[in-house]
Amino acid sequence: MRLTQGTFSFLPDLTDEQILAQIEYCLEQGWAVSIEYTDDPHPRNTYWEMFGNPMFDLKDAAGALREIQECRATYPQHYIKVNAFDATRGVESLRLSFIVGRPSEEPGFGLTREEGPGRVQRYSLRSYATQRPEGWRY
Amino acid sequence: MQETVAPHTDQQAGDEAQFDLAAALRESRVSEVLEELDRELVGLAPVKSRVRDICALLLVSTLRRRAGLDTEPPSLHMSFTGNPGTGKTTVALRMAQILHRLGYVRKGHVVAVTRDELVGQYIGHTAPKTREVIKRAMGGVLFIDEAYYLYRPENERDYGQETIEILLQDMENRREDLVVILAGYKDRMERFFRSNPGMSSRIAHHIDFPDYSAAELFEIACAMLRRMHYELSPPAADALREYIELRRLQPNFANARSIRNALDRARLRQASRLFSQSDRPLSRKDLVTLEPADIRASRVFATQPSSDSIDSTPQESEP
Repeated sequence: MRLTQGTFSFLPDLTDEQILAQIEYCLEQGWAVSIEYTDDPHPRNTYWEMFGNPMFDLKDAAGALREIQECRATYPQHYIKVNAFDATRGVESLRLSFIVGRPSEEPGFGLTREEGPGRVQRYSLRSYATQRPEGWRY
Repeated sequence: MQETVAPHTDQQAGDEAQFDLAAALRESRVSEVLEELDRELVGLAPVKSRVRDICALLLVSTLRRRAGLDTEPPSLHMSFTGNPGTGKTTVALRMAQILHRLGYVRKGHVVAVTRDELVGQYIGHTAPKTREVIKRAMGGVLFIDEAYYLYRPENERDYGQETIEILLQDMENRREDLVVILAGYKDRMERFFRSNPGMSSRIAHHIDFPDYSAAELFEIACAMLRRMHYELSPPAADALREYIELRRLQPNFANARSIRNALDRARLRQASRLFSQSDRPLSRKDLVTLEPADIRASRVFATQPSSDSIDSTPQESEP
């Protein structure tokens, strides 16, 4: 099952030129670009591992693309996303976030049901990948 | 630039097709930067002509690319050699502007670094540090001041070598992303290039910055004073000329930088002179004028007294 999180996630995967253009746009807006990766794709897992520091003083997108390529080489079977952080006072949060790398096989999520008191039914999502320990998934 | 105006074609053109160099020059707005360079920097004639040559080469190579003749971008890495205070950094800034306007770098910013920012403290520290700097400089110009410090032959475990290797790799593979300018003293840079032939062969343009003559230094001083809204009284101008002559012969002379420091000290003295005369109201003229006393109080005159000097230092002979 294809993971759809963040911007552009219903589009086909962006090519490197498209990623470059998006990052270029972010830098034009004055946002700081950072790269994160994870092997736990649960939608509520918002804080992924950082790959290097956020690039606050970056001027050109080529530098960020190079980091992305390095991250892909290091973690070929992880999810990788690019975040653009807007440091403007009063905003101070992510403006844009999109996936730039994903594992070759995505097993998707299973729905687990739990019987509560009375006839209450609780539901939770669990990624099949997370049945194995961290680092062994995918 | 006497070419006839003709509509230039963007595709593969026949031999008859004409390319309008003048229009390309206008389009790039690079002549503004060149004029600014001429206006801002006194002297440095060989440097200016080299910069012009490089401009012409890049412009022609842009046109050649339009005509489908060239595909490889030319190598743009440079080395600026010369004594301190001869305008290497200023020219590097202008160079970045020129490259930006001609479309050879995408952003045209300059990242100026020295050894400290590139070389790490321990094993495994250097590569990420250098990569970080290169990442920041991408799309612009990486200006490495005193680049010869990167290579320390006396310590074979020095991490500078690692930096050089990473730099070389990126200078070769990421030519369209990064232009590297190395700067430093001429003799030490030559030694650096001799021991790193890979670096030398990847640098296309070696530009040497000559020292300024006394007349040029005086002109620079006048330009600096104009920018700071100061004036020299005629006797003070003579004193400054004399000061420059003497200062040039002394050790640690850093060309324009020494002159700027001297002027800063003269301003200081002028301020305290005005302060001591606070009993009378000051006119605008008082505030902007430097008097000979402000300049002649310098220790440059004290160590080497000249015959027409008006200050009262005893006429002792130098050992």
